[in-house]
This record gives sequence, C-alpha cells and structure tokens, in this order.
Amino acid sequence: MTFQLSHFSAAVLFALCASTVFGITQRNTPRDMLRYGAYCFMLFVAGVIVASWVMWLVKH
Amino acid sequence: MANPQNTTVAGRATSASGAAGSMAVIAPIAGWLLPGLGHFIQRCWIRGLLLMLAVFIMFFAGLGMQGKVYSFNTGDLLDMLGFVGDFGTGVLYFIAKAMDWGIGNIHNAIADYGTKYIVVSGLLNVIAAADAYHIAIGKKQ
Repeated sequence: MTFQLSHFSAAVLFALCASTVFGITQRNTPRDMLRYGAYCFMLFVAGVIVASWVMWLVKH
Repeated sequence: MANPQNTTVAGRATSASGAAGSMAVIAPIAGWLLPGLGHFIQRCWIRGLLLMLAVFIMFFAGLGMQGKVYSFNTGDLLDMLGFVGDFGTGVLYFIAKAMDWGIGNIHNAIADYGTKYIVVSGLLNVIAAADAYHIAIGKKQ
C-alpha cells in the first residue's frame, strides 16, 4: 500500500509524532509533557512555514 | 545478635534494589525491541501507548511513502548512519527486512521523505528506550 502526502502534510505528521515523543521523554509531569509537546509542535510547524517563505523569497 | 526487624528491612531493600537493577536492563531492551514496551512493563500505560503510536505511525507512513529501509553496509557514511537509525526501530526493522518491505523509489521525491521518516522513527524509539531506562532507575517518575 502506498500513499502520497503533500510536503506540508508530511511535515505536519512528522512534527506531530516527533513532538509527542519529545514531550513524553523530556518532561516529568503530564502537564509539562503536554505543554512541551505543544511547544515543540508549534516550533516545527512555524519552522516549516518560515522556511517555505524563505524559499519563496529566494525563488522570486 | 542482629535485630530481626532490621534484617528484614535490609533484605527488602536489597531485593527492591535488585528488582530495580534488573528492570534497568530489561526496560530499555524491551523498549527498543517493541516501541512502548519498556513503559508498559513499568505500568506507564498511556505514555507507552503514545510512544508506540508515534513510532509505528512514522515507520509505516515512511513505508507507505515508499521509503527505503537500509541494510547493514560498510559503504557510504550516510548509508551506514541510515542503517543505525533504522535499526533503532527494533522488531519493526526485522519484520520489514523479512517481508522485503522498504525497497525505496528513487523516481519519487516523497519516497525520500519516507526514508527519513523510517530513520527518525528508529531514533525516536531509541529516545523512548532511554526514557524507559530513566524511569527504571528512578531518575524520572
């Protein structure tokens, strides 16, 4: 079975899984895990958006 | 004559530290072999389930995107590192090799994403196994 993801959706899925693991493993309490996981997810997605705009600017 | 109560307390402490010591060996190995198992055997059910889901989703999404599963090699440095990353997925790696999954597709740009997904799922699983070790030695709750 194969499937095709767009670049953005692939990056978001990556961010979701990686931030889940980071949140659980890098903090001690459930509340801190949730906060840190959300923080990592936000940084991943923001990084993707910033990088994509930078590439757009480089192209134009 | 030794106080029997003190002897019992000392015996309990010794057996508890022995159990913790064996768990410190078993938990990371179990966590590496099957993602989340290192947490399951320490009764961290939700954490184990979330870690298992994260690693499984990344691994199978990578395969679904026609990513490549590296074999053991002594060639290019990046290929060797790719093998190390893939090997971190534990039993998933052996299943993928046994079933001949992860051939890769160089004509598809998304397949390269898939290859990275598989490598990163292995690395995340190693982090999860290290976390299981930290729980076993009492460094983390």
